[in-house]
Amino acid sequence: MLLIHCPYCEEKRPELEFRHAGEAHVARPADIANISDAEFAHYFFYRDNPKGVAYERWRHIHGCGRFFNAARDTISDKFLTTYKAGEPKPELVEAANENKAEAQKGNSAK
Amino acid sequence: MRKYSGFAVAREAMRGHKGWGQQWASPEPRKEYDVIIIGAGGHGLATAYYLAKEHGITNVAVLEKGWLGGGNTGRNTTIIRSNYLYDESAGLYDHAVKLWENLSQDLNYNVMYSARGVMMLAHNVHDVQVFKRHIHANRLNGVDNEWLTPEQAKEYCPPLNISASARSPVMGAALQRRGGTARHDAVAWGYARGASDRGVHIIQNCEVTGIRRSGNGQVTGVETSRGFIGAKKVGVVAAGNTSVVMQMADVRMPLESFPLQALVSEPVKPCFPCVVMSNTVHAYISQSDKGELVIGAGTDQYTSYSQTGGLHIIQHTLDAICEMFPIFTRMRMLRSWGGIVDVTPDRSPIIAKTPVSGLYVNCGWGTGGFKATPGSGHVFAHTIANDNPHPINAGYTMERFTTGRLIDEAAAAAVAH
Repeated sequence: MLLIHCPYCEEKRPELEFRHAGEAHVARPADIANISDAEFAHYFFYRDNPKGVAYERWRHIHGCGRFFNAARDTISDKFLTTYKAGEPKPELVEAANENKAEAQKGNSAK
Repeated sequence: MRKYSGFAVAREAMRGHKGWGQQWASPEPRKEYDVIIIGAGGHGLATAYYLAKEHGITNVAVLEKGWLGGGNTGRNTTIIRSNYLYDESAGLYDHAVKLWENLSQDLNYNVMYSARGVMMLAHNVHDVQVFKRHIHANRLNGVDNEWLTPEQAKEYCPPLNISASARSPVMGAALQRRGGTARHDAVAWGYARGASDRGVHIIQNCEVTGIRRSGNGQVTGVETSRGFIGAKKVGVVAAGNTSVVMQMADVRMPLESFPLQALVSEPVKPCFPCVVMSNTVHAYISQSDKGELVIGAGTDQYTSYSQTGGLHIIQHTLDAICEMFPIFTRMRMLRSWGGIVDVTPDRSPIIAKTPVSGLYVNCGWGTGGFKATPGSGHVFAHTIANDNPHPINAGYTMERFTTGRLIDEAAAAAVAH
């Protein structure tokens, strides 16, 4: 089970309190009625599904109830960082280093 | 190839079993092939087998980054059934069941297909209505599926608890008698042996790292950990890694990869006669010929390539198993493991040409690909050989996510299946 840091509650809580909510930073087209079917398919159905760092949404459904974003390594399932909805994608080099340092302290995210 | 028979067993018994030989060859890769299949799982090997057998295309290589059948082919719970709702699904999965019925004879390899029946339990009014709708749809498509009362379900599977006071009471069940199980490893091995015998190269420990294309976009071969290998056509059958492989050809996929777990118990004497599935409480169970209970759990909620999942998923499944089959409450579990399944938005596979000329993809089998192995390989081989889909897989395109013509088994089953 993952341990997830909620950026609103500012603490790590077990995965059971959270609901995964898919890829993050997928912007709904502003003019959605006028885009082509292919563009809509890419917005709605197509996903990056990366092996490595994934940006994803989570919802603290049994806690504060709020949506937030996370960067997670999909090979190790370790979180690199979590951040509030609306914030830009974080600088990952630093986050990766922090995660590494934390892992060395035996305090890993997983 | 040495033909397997009762006579051969007797003869080898007299000779100390020294004459069997290897089941498939491990050749050095050629410079170029007519067709390269990426991924030596059941689907990939079946594709190569049918390319050689049905279409006479034998200059084929199957490239595998690990070992043969070491991905989801060796990790699933071996359930075979074809009682899907939609016409396209009935066509595809029943095509597979028909091939399963004679597969051991066709391959001269015992894949241990056992039509012991797959029983899907209904626990609430919604389940009852959905399953009855499936049964009617199946019958219109010529697929066997019948409704059982709780008492009939208990008769078919005596360990089942049909007490009205159970936490998830059994309100009935849908039974497909032609459904059942097969030996998953034997399927990979049998197809590998048959393909190798017809001249197909099976190359293990050879990871594809790139897909090379010419100036006009036509596929010309693949970069691998053992150097460049040329190919006129490339078929991607990479299960959970499909998005990664297709990215090498700059094709983005409507897929997400999730961990799916399974586990086995200690082996016990035969006590469980069929396959029981419960979508509602999320448990899948059968007993292997070795005596282990083979139990399938659900997917984790997050995407991953880790081939492992959370313990709470397994716990949830075992809660349900103990509730439905109280005789198993003191069984000990031996091993659990995870595989990575590639899931499409409508939970139906993609078996099709791609926007890249000469590149084909067979993916999106999600949590239930094993059952389709022979049918999937058969129609994918047709698609590659003719550069055109077989009528059975004509609807399983990527374009359906643009046109909206989904094969929406996700909505039909309301769970992963």
